[in-house]
Amino acid sequence: MGTQAQSSEPVGSVGIVVPETFRFEEAFALQCGETLDGFELVYETYGELNARRSNAVLICHALSGNHHAAGFHAESDTKPGWWDTCIGPGKAVDTDRFHVVALNNLGGCHGSTGPASSNTATGKPFGADFPIVTAEDWVRSQALLADHLGIERFAAVVGGSLGGMQAMQWAIDFPDRVRAAVLIACAAKLSAQNIAFNEIARQAIMSDPEYKSGNYRSTDTNPDQGLGLARMIGHVTYLSHDGMGQKFGRELKFGDMSRARDVEFQVESYLRYQGQSFSRRFDANTYLLMTRALDFFDPAARFDDDLVAALREATAGFLVLSFTSDWRFAPARSKEIVDALIAARKNVVSAVIESEHGHDSFLMPLPRYVEVFRTYMNRLADEAEGDVAPETPGAA
Amino acid sequence: MRPDLEIIADLVNPGARVLDLGCGEGDLLAHLQEQKRVNGYGLDVGADNITTCVRKGVNVIEQDLDEGLDNFPDDSFDMVVMTETLQSVRLPGRMLEEMLRIGQECIVTFPNFGHWRSRLYLALKGRMPMARHLPHTWYETPNIHLCTFKDFERLVREKGLRIIERFVVSADHFNRPLMNLFPNLFGSIAFYRLGRPGSGNA
Repeated sequence: MGTQAQSSEPVGSVGIVVPETFRFEEAFALQCGETLDGFELVYETYGELNARRSNAVLICHALSGNHHAAGFHAESDTKPGWWDTCIGPGKAVDTDRFHVVALNNLGGCHGSTGPASSNTATGKPFGADFPIVTAEDWVRSQALLADHLGIERFAAVVGGSLGGMQAMQWAIDFPDRVRAAVLIACAAKLSAQNIAFNEIARQAIMSDPEYKSGNYRSTDTNPDQGLGLARMIGHVTYLSHDGMGQKFGRELKFGDMSRARDVEFQVESYLRYQGQSFSRRFDANTYLLMTRALDFFDPAARFDDDLVAALREATAGFLVLSFTSDWRFAPARSKEIVDALIAARKNVVSAVIESEHGHDSFLMPLPRYVEVFRTYMNRLADEAEGDVAPETPGAA
Repeated sequence: MRPDLEIIADLVNPGARVLDLGCGEGDLLAHLQEQKRVNGYGLDVGADNITTCVRKGVNVIEQDLDEGLDNFPDDSFDMVVMTETLQSVRLPGRMLEEMLRIGQECIVTFPNFGHWRSRLYLALKGRMPMARHLPHTWYETPNIHLCTFKDFERLVREKGLRIIERFVVSADHFNRPLMNLFPNLFGSIAFYRLGRPGSGNA
């Protein structure tokens, strides 16, 4: 079942990986009330599933992520998967010990069923008509993928940001199927300020004339400007004041003002590049969907807004990590989760990692972050291999 | 078995909810989890301590005690423990009140600055005492609020708190007869089990 090809990659890389596709043929009812006529999920796996099927780890991606979490698709690839810093042989999520599953979520734009897919009812791409998907929908679709892969219970469901939200949803919705949930730079729900940033990003996309009410594919256009602008806004919020100051300062692109052009400061040039490259590889409708899923995430809502009650459902242990300079998903938001977990009598470990890289810290190989993450995962691996007894369950 | 852990374990009921303030490498919680099946959590700020706790399967939360414990509701724990940390917090009196707001009871241990060796050291050398249980120089010590057993008991009385039990031991955590007769002179470390004002008998 491993999609990992044998190759002589450098130590720490899973090497060349080949994505696979899972097709669910039955109707899939979404939380919004609409129903998909089946769906496809693209996924990759790294490392072998053990005989007891106890060492599977699910990686949930964030806003702009996909199934390609580690390794390379071709020898000529210059960049590895998006979380190659933490997934691979000997890394925090050690593929010598774990069987790792990474997928592109429903509504995505990297091969899974989403706005660019053909709507069987009309024969045209869904475009803006693709129904709203939620973290709950994602988790249910991921559970169907797990069924398909013969994984009854994950040793861990792991994610950063929106990915951490899915891990939390997993622990609440499928308590018997999650041994541990790893929530990195996460929040139990978005703040008004956070939703506001998402709304500005959405408006940037929808106000681009090329957006064509979301049907840009039919007219063979693309809202490059709007999507690029949305990414620029998002990107600024994922960095920190000090981090940007260190990286760019007030450096001028052309050295001095007399030679100033359209782009004057280094940081402008950087943001424009980020925006442009993003609009080439990402779909605007998917971006709208993903930000909506973020905004709507609130697992406590169906428990009378009581997060403790929501988390009481869980049997998993939790690792909760946050970063000092992350103001989009601040340490205080992680603390709310931790306090609720303690009140719900769940096993929880939490660390606040010193970092100047803002929200993006969760993608970086920061030594202390990787060390805590690796230590937690290694203990789970020991347990999956039967070397240590599971830790004392909460008294609940 | 470390004798100090054994002393505390004897004071904790099986299955209790235990909060360990300044849990260090998590030895106490690991011991209590194994021996008493407690639902325990430890707070610490040391990066290496936290990693060690994770390795042991101890619930450790990175939180600075001096920034307050407001996030813990009243009565949310059966027992709040603080071993050899009270002397290094910013406001020990406030900390005691917080411990007995969060927990029904608390256990506090700290080194005795009134031990005869400390007194002799100061009297003869005229310098801030250093000893096995007080190994730091005055300018590097984390122990910013050292006190004697008498000082501590006065604080407890002023706060209206109740001493349920007290054990006095040597630096290697053994009890010897003289310590019970003259604890403030011969005891190195004390274990106090405290309760709220007017709470029932132990």
